[in-house]
Amino acid sequence: MTDTAALMPRRREMHPDPYYPDYKTSITRSPSLPLLSMESTPSEETGPRFGHNKLGALDNNLICNYTQGKALAVGERIRVHGRVLDELGRPVPHTLVEIWQANAGGRYRHIKDTYFAPLDPNFGGCGRTITDENGYYEFMTIRPGAYPWPNRANDWRPMHIHFSIFGHAFGQRLISQMYFQGDPLIDLCPIAATIRNRSQLDRLVAPLDMQNSRGMDYLAYKFDIVLRGRRQTMFENKPEGM
Amino acid sequence: MTQPLDILVETPSQTAGPYVHIGCIPTFAGVEGVYPEDLGLSPIEDGAKGEVITIVGSIYDGTGWAMRDAMLESWQADAAGVYPGQDGADAKVSGFCRFAADKDSGEFTLRTVKPGAVKGRNGQVFAPHISLWIVARGINIGLNTRIYFEDEDNSADPLLARIEQRPRVDTLIAKNTGDGTYRFDIRLQGEGETVFLDL
Repeated sequence: MTDTAALMPRRREMHPDPYYPDYKTSITRSPSLPLLSMESTPSEETGPRFGHNKLGALDNNLICNYTQGKALAVGERIRVHGRVLDELGRPVPHTLVEIWQANAGGRYRHIKDTYFAPLDPNFGGCGRTITDENGYYEFMTIRPGAYPWPNRANDWRPMHIHFSIFGHAFGQRLISQMYFQGDPLIDLCPIAATIRNRSQLDRLVAPLDMQNSRGMDYLAYKFDIVLRGRRQTMFENKPEGM
Repeated sequence: MTQPLDILVETPSQTAGPYVHIGCIPTFAGVEGVYPEDLGLSPIEDGAKGEVITIVGSIYDGTGWAMRDAMLESWQADAAGVYPGQDGADAKVSGFCRFAADKDSGEFTLRTVKPGAVKGRNGQVFAPHISLWIVARGINIGLNTRIYFEDEDNSADPLLARIEQRPRVDTLIAKNTGDGTYRFDIRLQGEGETVFLDL
């Protein structure tokens, strides 16, 4: 069954400013002309679906998926979990959630990362899972370290995990970042500051979740994600003006 | 005071950053062995109906430099204009592809079948097109655009019709360079800036 109702328009004012000079790379990579806005069409209302057959048993466990369980990554063991909902508060079931992150020292396993903090031989840094019928997901990983980046002379990214979420429609496609409660670098970060509405930025900060932590094993952080909803369709097929 | 609206706000976007490939195209980043293969390697399987085409292009920043770190995703209908998941869709067309700008040249390549025209609500018909979503370092919220084709009839397309400055329509039209190959360059900013979409 494919729901074909139009998507609710994106509230762009609740998203980051595309042009934010303190984040230097955005200066030359943001369109200077207005976006072309219109109601969504089938191209945005449909989207790819991925089944469980694509996933391996360790795909959502970054502590051991790089070695396929032969050795464990170094760092603070954490569980990151939450729900994917739409703007109407309905769960988004069976949708792909992908994450990537630096290791405990703030180093990425990427050919272009030359930071001198060492790689962890047992940590890759990518994971993926599919939400269950209630829109719920979880990952096991290690808490990523903060790292410096070439923006202003002494800029450091707060600890963060990158998230990529599909939803059920190409127009719901979203990439964002999860931050950690209490990290003092959040307030200094020009990428976090691209979000002008502080309460929106706060929604990217995952709280410590002791109730879902496990003694002698891992701490938990809760991170819920909201995707665009669809308009109600009761009056959809009437001619205009009726 | 009034009753609160029972509506949540979409999670705000953040840039995908320079290392987006680790999570989305791990082999590009040099991360091997976690997944059997990268997701979305091709939007078609052998036997997909329609004309196989190749689209080549680059994404230029505001200085005219071809970006080396962008990731793109495409989504399209099959040759009959039916999206995967809809009734009668071509089972050999997944419709989704993920690809990166080359780390040395900045050029991307998308090999697929040419989609058919798509029917929308209220009798709308959209000329054949491929939807694109572009993320990269410096892009705070993913950019949506579309590839149309110069050898199709785009004259009645409802989206193209909404572009007020008619010369800008050309920024969404891929040019046929022969042998089933098209050129589609994307300019983020400045002269010839590509039309980006909010829909």
